[in-house]
Order: sequence, then C-alpha cells, then structure tokens
Amino acid sequence: MEAQHVDVRNLCVTVRRPDGSDLRIVDEVSFTIARGEVLALIGESGSGKTTIALALMGYARSGAVISGDITVGDATLGGNGKASLAAQRGHRITYVAQSAAAAFNPSRRVIEQVIEPALIHGTATAAEARAHAVALFEALALPDPATIGSRYPHELSGGQLQRLMAAMALITRPDLVIFDEPTTALDVTTQVEVLQAFRKVVREQGATGVYVSHDLAVVAQMADQILVLNRGTVRERNAVRAVLETPADDYTKTLLAAARPVIKAAAPITAVGKPLLSIEGINAGYGPVDRNGRAAHPVLTDVSLQIGRGAAVGVIGESGSGKSTVARVVAGLLAPTAGTVSLDGQPLAASLKGRTREELRRIQIVFQNADVALNPAHSVGEILGRVLRFYHGTSGAALNSRVAELLDLIKLPAAIADRRCDELSGGQKQRVNLARALAAQPDVILCDEVTSALDTVVREAILELLAELRRDLGVAYLFISHDIATVKALCDEIVVLYKGTRVESGLRDTYAAPPFHPYTDLLISSVPELRTDWLSGVGSQGKVPFAHLPESADLCRFLPRCPVAIAGRCDVSLPPLRTMAAGNAVLCHRTEAELAGEFA
Amino acid sequence: MSVAGIIRGARRLPLSGKIGLALVIFWIIVAVIGPFIAPYPPGSFANEEVFAGSSRQFWLGSDFLGRDVLSRLLSGARFTVGLSVVAVAIAASIGTGFALTAAVGPRWVDELLSRAMDTLISIPSKIFALVLVAAFGSSLVLLTLIIAITYVPGNFRIARSLAVGLARLDYVEVARARGEGRLHLALVEVLPNMIKPLFADIGLRFVFIVLLLSGLSFLGLGLQPPDADLGSLVRENTSGLAEGALAIIAPAVAIASLTVGVNLLIDAATQGKAH
Ligand SMILES: Nc1ncnc2c1ncn2[C@@H]1O[C@H](COP(=O)(O)OP(=O)(O)OP(=O)(O)O)[C@@H](O)[C@H]1O
Ligand code: SF4
Ligand SMILES: [Mg+2]
Repeated sequence: MEAQHVDVRNLCVTVRRPDGSDLRIVDEVSFTIARGEVLALIGESGSGKTTIALALMGYARSGAVISGDITVGDATLGGNGKASLAAQRGHRITYVAQSAAAAFNPSRRVIEQVIEPALIHGTATAAEARAHAVALFEALALPDPATIGSRYPHELSGGQLQRLMAAMALITRPDLVIFDEPTTALDVTTQVEVLQAFRKVVREQGATGVYVSHDLAVVAQMADQILVLNRGTVRERNAVRAVLETPADDYTKTLLAAARPVIKAAAPITAVGKPLLSIEGINAGYGPVDRNGRAAHPVLTDVSLQIGRGAAVGVIGESGSGKSTVARVVAGLLAPTAGTVSLDGQPLAASLKGRTREELRRIQIVFQNADVALNPAHSVGEILGRVLRFYHGTSGAALNSRVAELLDLIKLPAAIADRRCDELSGGQKQRVNLARALAAQPDVILCDEVTSALDTVVREAILELLAELRRDLGVAYLFISHDIATVKALCDEIVVLYKGTRVESGLRDTYAAPPFHPYTDLLISSVPELRTDWLSGVGSQGKVPFAHLPESADLCRFLPRCPVAIAGRCDVSLPPLRTMAAGNAVLCHRTEAELAGEFA
Repeated sequence: MSVAGIIRGARRLPLSGKIGLALVIFWIIVAVIGPFIAPYPPGSFANEEVFAGSSRQFWLGSDFLGRDVLSRLLSGARFTVGLSVVAVAIAASIGTGFALTAAVGPRWVDELLSRAMDTLISIPSKIFALVLVAAFGSSLVLLTLIIAITYVPGNFRIARSLAVGLARLDYVEVARARGEGRLHLALVEVLPNMIKPLFADIGLRFVFIVLLLSGLSFLGLGLQPPDADLGSLVRENTSGLAEGALAIIAPAVAIASLTVGVNLLIDAATQGKAH
C-alpha cells in the first residue's frame, strides 16, 4: 500500500486531572487523508476536534501529552531523523482560526501579514509572494484583489478577514491546511460567500485539508470525508454523502437529527384580544441624543411588534441589525428616542428608573453568552436566591426549596445550587441563565441569542426546554436569533430586521414559501442544507443592480444588496408596507405577484 | 473563608508563594511581639562602641550611637508594618470605593472623580507628601493619612478600569434590568470579581508605601526620633555604609525581605486558579 499523505495512527492525547489521575481526551484515533482531499472532523463541543487538529501540528495545550504516530508529508510527530511536525508549523502545515479579526495585527497592512509566512520560511521572494497573494485574493473572490492588500484590518469585514487568513495559510503552498471552525463566527449570508471562496481555492490549489466544525451542513459543502467524533473516540468515518444519507452510527444519527431543529409543539395561542407586550414605532440608538431627538448612532427606525400572552415571537437579522437593541429597549436598559413599549396596554417608562419593581419582574432578559451572563463570583443558589428574595421576598427554607424547584424545572440536579457557575458546562450555564429569569415568574422573557453559543445537540435540548416551559408556564418569548431555523423551531411569529428596520413580519408558516422580502429570501437561501451540492446552487441570483449606491435612510435600506431592485422605484422613494395574501407584511416596492414570481 | 480553607489554600501555593507567606508571617509576628522580646529599650545607649559587629550581647551589633540594632529593628518593624498596613487599607478603601462609585454611578460622577484623580496623580507622590507633611506636621496619625491619600489616585485608576470593564458585563446588566440599586451592583456584582487583581495592586502599593515611608524618614519628615521605622534605621546609619556595618545592612535586608515576601505571596496567590 502506498503511504498516505497524512497518516494518523493510535493518536491519544492525555491530560492530568486536578486530582492527579489521567484523562484521555483523544482516545486511539486513527485516520488517513489522501493528497488533495479534505477531511472533516465533526462532533459536539468537548469531542476533541480541535485537540486532534492541533496535534497534527505537533501542538498540545499546556499539560496535555500526545502519543501515537502522526505523519504529514515527510514529517513525523517525533521527528527522529526527519522533520518534526512542530517545525513545519506555519510553513508546510498551516492553520485558519475561528476569529481572523483577532489573528491580524491591526497596525500593519494585510498584504504584509499575508506574505509574511512565505518570507520567513524563504519559500518565495517578496515579489513572487505578492503575485501569489493577489492570485489567491482573486481565487477567494475578494473585491479589488490587486489593491485590497494595502488596507488595514479594521477596514475589512469579518468575512473578508477570514478569507485573507485563508490566503495567508495557503501562501506557502502547504502540505496540510487546518480550518478550525472558520465560519462559525460569521453571519449566514457572509458564511455562504466565504465557504464558496474556500472551496474554490482548496480545489484550485489542490490543497489537503482538515476542516473542523460542529455544523454538518457546512462540512457537507467542504469535505470529501467525514470523521465523526464523540468524547475523543471515532464513531464513524466515511465519505460525506454516505454519512449524510446512510449514517451507520447512532451518534451520527443524533447529530443529523439535531442539525435541523424540528418545530416544537406549542400551545395554541388563545385569546387574541389585547397583546401582552406591544412595541410601537421605536427609534433608538447609542450615543448622545441631539436636539431633533436623534441618537448619534441611530440603530432602530420605527420598529413595532406585538407579543400575545404565551406567544413566541422571533426576531432575526444579521449581526448589527439591532436585534439586541430591541431587547435592551424593551427591558428598559436603553431609552428609545421615540415610540413606546407597553405591557398589558399600560405604557412603560422609557428607562429603568421610571419602572416599578412589579413591571420589571414581569419582563426578564436572558443574554446570549452564559459565560458573562452569570456572575462567576456567586454560586448557582445565590444567583437564583437573589432574584427570589428581590421580587418575592422569599427567605429561609422556602428559598431553598424554591431554588430546588427551579433547578428541577430546568432539569438540573438540586446539588448544583452549591456550585459556582464557572464549574458548569455551556449547556448547564444556559439553563441556569434561564432559571434566573424564571425565578421572577415573568410574563415575558427576552431571549437574546440564547442558543447561538451552543452546539447543535445542546441547542436542540435547550429549544425543547423553552418550548416545554412555554407550554407549562404560559410564559411568552421574544426570541432573538440570527439563525432562521432556530427561530422557526420555536416561534409562531417571526419579524425580520435589516439594519434596524422591520422589513417583514408574519406567522411562521408564511416563511415556508414565497412571497417574501428579498432580504428574507437571502437569509433563507443562505442556510446551508444537508446535501453536498447545495453550495453550488446558491447565490446565482445574478448581479445586484445598485451595489454602487450608499445605504440611505430615505430609500429601502436593502437597496445596495438587493438583486431585484427596480430602477425608478427603489432608488427614488421609501418602499410601502404591503400585506400579502398569506398575512405577512413586507416592506418592499415589489408587489406580491412580483415577489412570488421572483423567488418561485 | 474558614481556617481550614486558608490552610488548604496555603498548601496549594507554589514554592515562591510559600516563601513569601513565611516571610510575611514572620514580619507580622515581629511587628506584634517585637517590642516585648527586644533585649534592650530601643533608645538606650547600650554599647560603648559604635557600628560594632555581631556579638553575643548584640546579635546585630550597634548603631551610630551605640544602640542595640536588634532592639531597634524589632520596634522599628512595628512602625513600618503597622503604618503601611493601615495606610494601604485606607488608600485601597477610598480608591476602590471611588472607583465603584464611578463605575455604577452617573457619567458625570465618573468624569468628576476621574479628572480629580488625574490631577492628584500628576503631582509626584513624594513632593505631594512632603508639602502635606510640611503644612500639617508629622504626627503618626497625620503621616498615615498623608501616605494613604498619596496612594488613593493610583489605586483608583486601576480599580476604576477594572470596575468599569466589569460593570459593562451582562451579569451586571441583568442585575440592573432586575431593578437592583447601585449599592448592590457595586458591592455584590462588581467588587467580588475584582478582588484578585486588586490584591496584586495592593501588594505593590504596600511596597511603595514602605519605601515612601522610608524615604520620608530619610528626609527627616517621617517618624520623629527616637521612634524609628526601618527606613529611618537605614538613614541614621548611612555613615556606616563605607565599613559595611551591620547597623545599615540589617534594616536594609529587613525592608527587602518584607517587600519581596509580600510580592511573592501576592503574585502566587493571585495567579493560581484557587479562588
Ligand atoms: N453600546 C453601544 N454603543 C454604540 N453602538 C452600539 C452599542 N451597542 C451596539 N451598538 C451598535 O448598534 C448596532 C446594533 O447592535 P445590536 O447589538 O443591537 O445588533 P445585533 O443585531 O444584536 O447584532 P449581533 O447579532 O451581532 O448580536 C450595531 O451597529 C452596533 O455596533
Ligand atoms: S424595495 Fe426595492 S430594493 Fe428594497 S427590497 Fe424591495 S425590491 Fe429590493
Ligand atoms: Mg446581539
């Protein structure tokens, strides 16, 4: 048998537990990768994906020990006579990290940073490296490939930096490129572009790659082979199509099921009457407010929405669209410059100071990142206890039993009350985060990206919990997410925000088929699907006619990105709000018939 | 934290931390019982010979007036340790208190405090202390207060940047949205999370204070004779420097071991994962 390009045999990575015993975080993993192939490592967090990827570079996090045989090209782990893996780092073996923004030096032009590895390792002269870099920029579909390199990192978007980092990884024509969740931090719409660029460049360069991700649908687009990992062991290894279509292992099946959240059974919305929470014509922003009542950095323009008792309303949009700002306004953390928030028909004061404790109790907010949402200095019991004492005056034995009840509600053992939050796993933290809101017995919970930091399997469990709590307690949600699949799974009504304006709102079912707003269409079509040929099919809508126009508050905000903008209408006036036959309201110049036709 | 907890924590310290802890404990004991075990009264001219070397009667020899160095060291340690501890406690309480106020209070309070502290910090601390001592005299209480005030701005700067960073975190935001008052935000949500870096700062400042006190004494503005802190002991005996007299080496080593000990301990205690 011919020697494989990358050959890993019996790889084990061991760390020492605090009590002195050894823990194998990667256990007897073996695989091979042929030259020019991409292998995906997939599994939930803690499954050892990144550890294996790092081991391929001969690197172990402090305290961890690597054993086994690894060969990449003609380098081996120990070296013994030949080159060692560690010596190949950055040269024959390169790495694309999750956050490119953190990997670039902000004070140097990007081209210098991109060609630096080639210069350091002497694989090319400066002129050759520059020419190669420009070719890579072109292959990665970066705008103005010849000149983009002379910009500084802060002048580039997250998606562009991610592609530049791939260029940096490919500049030395390495034997192996490791992609570690390179698109996880990006918006779906950006992710598509980046994935397409990666795939093209990997094919063209014939690079061999390892692609680490927790997202099966993303992996399906990028890889030839998939290695499914769970707790450091290999569960399944097969060609992508085989894994997706005929998974052999139970764990793979769980992953596949979790990849597309199913719609959670919800209570039918009763009494339509008066909405519980209503937001009317909110304008809000950050920074000092000027004389005309406009904030220095306006974010939201005329946003309205209603939430009925026990209902779940989803808000989606890309990063920076103002989703969190909506939640902050409702919670009273940010005073709007115009518009009102009312609870049960009673207008609420704009800021916290003017609201009564009872009003505050009825609206609770849960933040995305449980790591910073829970005070690391306090135990779980203290965190929940404080809320109970504060709103309900509970104390003594009643307090302890109520804390236990709450923990039971979110399906955590009562013993966890004595633990500090930094000893909990991501999913556990998010549950405690929810329990804190539930402790107040609120009418509505504002969930800001509560599942975004979780991997698919845990996310599925939290969504299930949210749906169950809603059924049992009748609590309403304002559920914020950038992921339309998650929102669809939980909410009966969905609002789409684009740059702080509400471009579409309607019941969940209206998002199943056109007509919808062109931006909604872009969002929906950008969600990777679990088939290998998906990526080739998307983004072929053609050119964007008004890409050269700046965004304007007097026109449709989506105009510079809209593929179906109409000259003479869209570039002249603000679009009207149209109600479609299915009941969804769309802010667009195009008529229902036109929208339905465009995206049919 | 229980006594058992402290002992467990101490066990987990790295070697440098254990050395630091031993030195700190040693100096605390000296500060407490030193004057009682001193063989001679600190002010008595016990030895005929000045700058005498070590002998059975005078373990650390005699100083420039023939006084027993060991006795003077034992009583001087109390002033240095005691005064520095009190001063650093006052400085940190005021500095951190202001910092928390600035972090959870309205913006103008933050502006006001920060500008005021910037002004204070721009005055060199020694000159500032000098002027105050010159103006108000140098009783023990005044000296402590003046030294404490000198170090308020430094502590404020560090504590404020920590507190402002923490006050923006989601858990503080959640508490704010719950309707918690500013006092709760400052003391329960923010303060516990800045303890570790604060202690590192306090340790450093303790060392500065020991040195400032020594410096003031050196200029004759610190403790007034016959009372003497470790710094004054060094100053008094500078004339013995040329002959390498124990009278100057002993207090210098004492200052060094005290400050190094405090630093070792704090470094080790704030770096470990233990809470
Ligand atoms: N404290 C602040 N000061 C100034 N600008 C802010 C502040 N917080 C947010 N912004 C800006 O407001 C806009 C909307 O932010 P917001 O956090 O509401 O977006 P989002 O839709 O929640 O995004 P993400 O999905 O990334 O969480 C962004 O352009 C952001 O840069
Ligand atoms: S109004 Fe025009 S530019 Fe805006 S989304 Fe509709 S078609 Fe596109
Ligand atoms: Mg947000």
